[in-house]
Amino acid sequence: MDLNLVWFVLIIVLFTGFFILEGFDYGVGMLILGRHESERTQFIRTIGPVWHGNSVWMITAGGAAFAAFPHFYATLFSAAYMALFLMLIALILRGVAFELRGKFGGSDWKLLWDGAIVFGSLLPAFLWGVAISNLLRGLPIDAQMHYAGNFFNLLSPYTILGGLTFVLLFAFHGLTFLTIKLADERLLLDLKRKGKCLGFIAWLVYVLFIVASMYETDVLSKSVGVIIFAAAAGVFSAGWDFVREGRQKSSFVATTVSIAMTTVAFFVALFPRLMVSSLAPEWSVTIYNAASTPDTLFIMTIAAVILVPIVLCYQYWTYKTFSDRIKPAD
Amino acid sequence: MDALILSRLQFAITTVYHFLFVPVTLGLSIFVALLETWYVNSGSYEERIKLKKLVKFFGTIFLINFAMGVVTGIVQEFHFGMNWSEYSRFMGDIFGAPLALEALTAFFLESTFIGIWIFGWDRLSEKCHCLCIWLVAFGSNLSAFWILVANSFMQHPVAYEIQDGRAVMTSLFDLVTNRYVLGEYTHAFFAGMTTAGFLVIVVCAWKIATDEVSREMFIRTLRRAALYTLLGTMGVMGSGHMHAQYLAKGNPMKLAAFEALWETEDPAPFAVIADINQAEGRNDYEVTVPYLFTFMVHNSFSGEVKGINDLQREAVEKYGPGNYIPDVRGMFWSFRIMVGTGMLMLGITFLIGILAFFCEKKLMEINCLRCVMKCLPVLLPLPFIANSVGWYIMEAGRQPWIVVGLQKTANAVSPNLSSGEVWLTLIGFTAIYLLLAVVAVFTAVSFINRTKITEEVE
Ligand code: HDD
Ligand code: HEM
Ligand code: HEM
Repeated sequence: MDLNLVWFVLIIVLFTGFFILEGFDYGVGMLILGRHESERTQFIRTIGPVWHGNSVWMITAGGAAFAAFPHFYATLFSAAYMALFLMLIALILRGVAFELRGKFGGSDWKLLWDGAIVFGSLLPAFLWGVAISNLLRGLPIDAQMHYAGNFFNLLSPYTILGGLTFVLLFAFHGLTFLTIKLADERLLLDLKRKGKCLGFIAWLVYVLFIVASMYETDVLSKSVGVIIFAAAAGVFSAGWDFVREGRQKSSFVATTVSIAMTTVAFFVALFPRLMVSSLAPEWSVTIYNAASTPDTLFIMTIAAVILVPIVLCYQYWTYKTFSDRIKPAD
Repeated sequence: MDALILSRLQFAITTVYHFLFVPVTLGLSIFVALLETWYVNSGSYEERIKLKKLVKFFGTIFLINFAMGVVTGIVQEFHFGMNWSEYSRFMGDIFGAPLALEALTAFFLESTFIGIWIFGWDRLSEKCHCLCIWLVAFGSNLSAFWILVANSFMQHPVAYEIQDGRAVMTSLFDLVTNRYVLGEYTHAFFAGMTTAGFLVIVVCAWKIATDEVSREMFIRTLRRAALYTLLGTMGVMGSGHMHAQYLAKGNPMKLAAFEALWETEDPAPFAVIADINQAEGRNDYEVTVPYLFTFMVHNSFSGEVKGINDLQREAVEKYGPGNYIPDVRGMFWSFRIMVGTGMLMLGITFLIGILAFFCEKKLMEINCLRCVMKCLPVLLPLPFIANSVGWYIMEAGRQPWIVVGLQKTANAVSPNLSSGEVWLTLIGFTAIYLLLAVVAVFTAVSFINRTKITEEVE
């Protein structure tokens, strides 16, 4: 295996970690919409100790892309300029909101920041969906790897569907996470009822998205990608079943696995490209023409192989320390 | 204005803003960790209640600041790809590594353990909980180290090779041990201590003057804060001086520019004030102290210091025609402001320290002193001004280069951006940053006023 391939795998690992962990953070953030204040507080408490550590997965995925595939980082981030601007605004509001919502007693104060949390969770989820489906569908990238389009090239019915899929996927993932983290029976019952509906819609949109991918992109040329996508949809529907049966842990495991498989499927379908050029296939950004030198890749491989497991260890310890369910009075 | 100027302006605004919070994080994390260590080792029951409240009090101020630092930091990381894509392509092989290492070694550490620290008061043993905040402090300061390694390369490239039109790393070890890092890191570290320490002093002074029931604890904290800040200010001056001496070799153009020395001289005088005429390459008016500049650079009364005009000629020989002189007036005055605020803070801290250690009774009884304490918050901007102008010197001093000698700022900007797009984001970031500043300050002030440090159990 050459180092470019190793880094391709590491990038998948980092994005998978990001989508799984931030996935339920975003999901929980969305699900506080329309809830009472005490319920919102309980929801947010479930991710309180961990959301910040989770969000570093995104930063690391970005940093690692920069180090290993600088042209990928440069092309993607400059192409998605306006989209990333919107995402940053959303993330700024969200991060500050978690910190400030509890600093005053007033209900209006909390309501304001909870609004920011909903917005700050929905928009990034949507935009990541748009971004990832754009990688696969292709963007106008010229021979110098410069982006030759504008903001509206990022939006097409297909990529909007991609964004919507991510939103629903994460919302349902957040819901299954809540079912294993809350203690209030009444709330759990309510989540179960809502989960039946949400899970079904999410699954439907997901399947629609896979079908659309077959028409809009070249996934069909790689049967492995399609198979993983289909399997992910299968696991996802199992997760939906588990919610209906009240098997909370299993449902969370199922949504986790299906998100991991979805991420893998995306990258497998892309391979060996990182961004498809819609202007000419040979102008696509690949793991070879976008990469750093072998020396840098080698050093970074060693660093990642040592450090990622250490990070996983102490993050796992965090989850263990805060493994009990959140009671209404907490 | 074109996308280049706007991108520079946007970068300047967002980084300076990020760096309002960063030094507080760097220094306050350590101070809170010290406070908690004091708490863990303390004796009597009443004392422990009060100390725990004190830790939580400064911990909360830390957290509000930390949240601001983090959200503005994400903007910084994205900025390189968004606005400076050609820079990222050219430098990625070198620059990406410290950035990724920063995330892997430092950001994960601080963000994970800060979560545990906030929610773990009743779940962890005291020692273990205290260890968490020390890890946060370590993580923050480590993150500063990595980013300054990256920045040092831009000021003074080492351990690189040009291959196919981009800079390629030859050794991570040499990159990290770049001589430039030493000055930059120690200086930023002590600047963090100074900034956070001064903030704590101001908060203590305000509480001593306005909150009778909590007064005793804040006087005791004030003593510790004064020592901490004293150490910080002396460190920041020492490291700054050391770094300036190094600049005579490392980046003489920068040094000459912030001392407004146009011609090479031996011995060189030190200009206290100067009316700078950048167009004609001289000072129209100046007040100088003979020998002093040479003495500061060489620790002796003889020795040559290179002037801007000669350095410009050398640069033209080396890199081809062009203007290699940064904004001399801005740098000259920025440098004086930085050094001036530093000395002012040293003096103030010294006086406050004397009051806190030796005149504790008077601090409570004499009205006039209380009035002084109450007015101290007016001085809070001092360290933040010093930090901002410090970075102005650092970054404007390497213009027109983005990476000195390797890439010009003008060639670094993303080619696909229109000025309309950058205008939009520039206004957007500025607006939301202003809004956040108001909210954060309001929250922090009302928290400080409302919180009491007493023996009562809540
Ligand atoms: C509390 C803040 C503070 C204070 C009191 C000082 N500085 Fe400073 N200075 C900074 C905060 C700072 C900074 C913001 O942290 C900078 C910008 C980049 C860096 O590493 O440090 C800086 C940059 C900076 C540079 C530019 C380095 C470069 O461009 O490579 C020099 C030469 C000095 N400082 C020297 C001094 C001296 C001689 C001081 C006092 C006698 C002093 N500074 C006080
Ligand atoms: C947080 C502390 C920092 C502050 C306050 C700061 C401040 C500034 C300022 C004022 C400018 C504008 C200079 C000009 O255009 O004349 C600038 C530009 C820039 N700085 Fe920094 N800087 C900081 C840290 C860094 C670091 C750590 C890096 C890189 C690792 C960096 C990279 C850049 C780049 C790429 C530009 C834009 C190009 C340019 O104008 O030179 N900065 N910064
Ligand atoms: C311009 C280059 C810079 C980039 C790309 C950058 C990037 C970031 C990012 C992504 C974060 C958020 C991390 C998290 O979520 O935990 C952050 C926070 C932080 N950054 Fe920066 N940063 C820059 C400049 C600086 C400088 C110059 C320093 C120190 C001298 C610094 C020190 C810190 C610290 C200590 C934090 C922790 C949180 C806080 O500041 O309150 N950064 N930075």
